[in-house]
Amino acid sequence: MADGVAVPAALDGLAVAGVAAVPASATVPAGVTTPDSLDLYRTMRFIRRFEERAIDLVRAGEIFSGIHPCIGQEAVAAGACAALDPDDIVLSSHRGHGHLLAKGSDPGRVMAEMAGRVTGIDKGRGGSFHPSDFTSGVYNATGTVGHGAGIAAGIAWAAAKAGEPKVVLSFFGDGAVTQGALLEGFNLAGLWQLPVVYICENNRYATTLPVETAVAGTITGRGEAFGIPSSVVDGQDVEVVHAAVAEAVARARSGGGPSLLEMRTYRYHGHHTFEMLVRLRYREQAEIDAWKERDPLDIQAARVDAAARERVDAEVERELDEVVRFAVDSPRPDPADAMDHYYADGFRPRPGVSL
Amino acid sequence: MPKLSYLKALNRALGDEMDRDESVFVLGEDMNFALTNVTAGFLKRFGPDRVVEVPLTEQGFTNFATGAAMAGRRPVIEFQIPFLLLLVFEQITNQANKFLMMSGGQRSVPVTYLMPAAGWRAGWGAQHSDQPYSMFAHMGVKTVLPATPTDAYGLLTTAIRDDDPVVFFGPLASLSVREIVEYTDLAPIPLGSGRVHRPGTDVTVVALGHLVHEALAVAEELADEASIEVWDPRSVYPFDWAGLAESVAKTGRLVVFDDSNRSCGMGAEILATAAEEMRLQAPPKRVTRPDGAIVGAVPELDAVLQPTRQQLAEAVRSVLKSTGW
Ligand SMILES: Cc1ncc(C[n+]2csc(CCOP(=O)(O)OP(=O)(O)O)c2C)c(N)n1
Repeated sequence: MADGVAVPAALDGLAVAGVAAVPASATVPAGVTTPDSLDLYRTMRFIRRFEERAIDLVRAGEIFSGIHPCIGQEAVAAGACAALDPDDIVLSSHRGHGHLLAKGSDPGRVMAEMAGRVTGIDKGRGGSFHPSDFTSGVYNATGTVGHGAGIAAGIAWAAAKAGEPKVVLSFFGDGAVTQGALLEGFNLAGLWQLPVVYICENNRYATTLPVETAVAGTITGRGEAFGIPSSVVDGQDVEVVHAAVAEAVARARSGGGPSLLEMRTYRYHGHHTFEMLVRLRYREQAEIDAWKERDPLDIQAARVDAAARERVDAEVERELDEVVRFAVDSPRPDPADAMDHYYADGFRPRPGVSL
Repeated sequence: MPKLSYLKALNRALGDEMDRDESVFVLGEDMNFALTNVTAGFLKRFGPDRVVEVPLTEQGFTNFATGAAMAGRRPVIEFQIPFLLLLVFEQITNQANKFLMMSGGQRSVPVTYLMPAAGWRAGWGAQHSDQPYSMFAHMGVKTVLPATPTDAYGLLTTAIRDDDPVVFFGPLASLSVREIVEYTDLAPIPLGSGRVHRPGTDVTVVALGHLVHEALAVAEELADEASIEVWDPRSVYPFDWAGLAESVAKTGRLVVFDDSNRSCGMGAEILATAAEEMRLQAPPKRVTRPDGAIVGAVPELDAVLQPTRQQLAEAVRSVLKSTGW
């Protein structure tokens, strides 16, 4: 943990009943290289500024219907994906921009996707809800929360049977751990010792529902019940996240089966940008402020040279200018193509009107 | 020539495809002992890596198949009871079937959902007697419903080779149907191709699934009164509208014989399309199940809740008598 960044007292009180306090640190397993601290900082800075620029585009009407920002949770995406090889696979969630960017998707194409442009990673058909990018290994994001857990098991099984040493990272939120399908996925992964790392981004709320009022028992207990090694991780510290995920990935790759990591983190913004309009009041400003005291970017910034950081910040801005320009200047889809890609053989459904 | 049963046709089609293509594998419950007979002999033939026994975890293994398909495999899931498809309706319609489109055409999900005992099970109660094929057609999922062993062979083969999700309904009442065939004549059948089982000129009876056999019996019974064309779509989505239009153009009259629920069922869809697009000389009729459920526990009640030969005969007579709208 960064010197001088103390865990606020508020954090302890935020623990789910029965779960041990957030561990102070984790160590990277032997043989795994720690990523450069500045690179990790850069990824997080990029994700944050990317989303802030995206929110500008939501306000400008370029991104239709808004997004689920992951601002505040950047350390989880950056630290976890830094523990993967390029061939490894990520299953994302509705809050997936950070996962895509950290896994190496082209940021311009991700922004274009969110803006519904034909240059987007899914030609505008996925939107911000359902990102898939097979060029970077992000396979999908189910709108039905938690249902990717079984898909992850299937991908991991197929890869293992093909003799490919791939690991699948499956992301979901604390709201997802009350879904039955998620537990069925855990059962299969645990039963067959599949190379999956399940990452719960516990940002404390499922839309407006606080985790304490939703989750019986513990999140890690759900993994343990299926014989899956499970632990709580400080999701604000990117190096701690990286070490924990690297350990789980190494175990999965060597045939040691799945893991569940509960990342304690927090989203600063609303569940979705629609909260800018409806102004829901389900959490106290004091709570938000307490979490901001341990901002993941600040924690990492304290570990890197100030001049280098300023250089990175400026680079990120320049790159994002390009990203936004690319997205906004890209063509919108042709309505005549609305039913392209419905079926692999090109079959088109009958239109809804017959004249 | 050998006698091929519907069940044996499924076994043969699946086995042939697993031989032909290493990426095909089958998963389901009680697979190791081939409870339904569909996978009889497979464990020994293909081993546990391709005949995967799964725990009772339908949402889990249906999503699992989606993942395996994304990663390059061709899973065939065998379901034992129609209601299990309701349990995984979301996984099939919302995850697997929308994935190609949502990913902008990046990857398809070639899973086959094999339901080899669809429909009423005498004495098994209301919860084991559903016939939910119309629901999948409604959601745009490729859905096949073969009536005969050769069609079952041909359509299961095509379903497995298809790059999209396909739900295969094998009606329970058809499983024991046998046909004399030469095995070398068995061949894939394209989705969306209907079949004239019996040509006729007075009225088209569209019969679905096992009701094809019932309709043929009625056509025979009424042979002196009317020339009935028995037409079987074989796949309910995509549907062979051109084939139906051809039949209706010849007969000008239409009765649909459909074992799914009346409201928003295939019967309703066929009638609506015919009314919109085809030239009918008299209002069409449909003979279906009622909405809701078959009691499924007492033969007296069950029998009247399912489409019967007598109901079809009456519907045909009334459509023939009708002279206009
Ligand atoms: C199964 C299911 N139920 C409800 C919803 C509606 N919904 C979308 S996101 C969301 C909250 C999810 O919370 P969580 O899993 O904690 O993820 P977070 O949004 O906090 O990242 C809900 C309820 C859904 N998409 N899927």
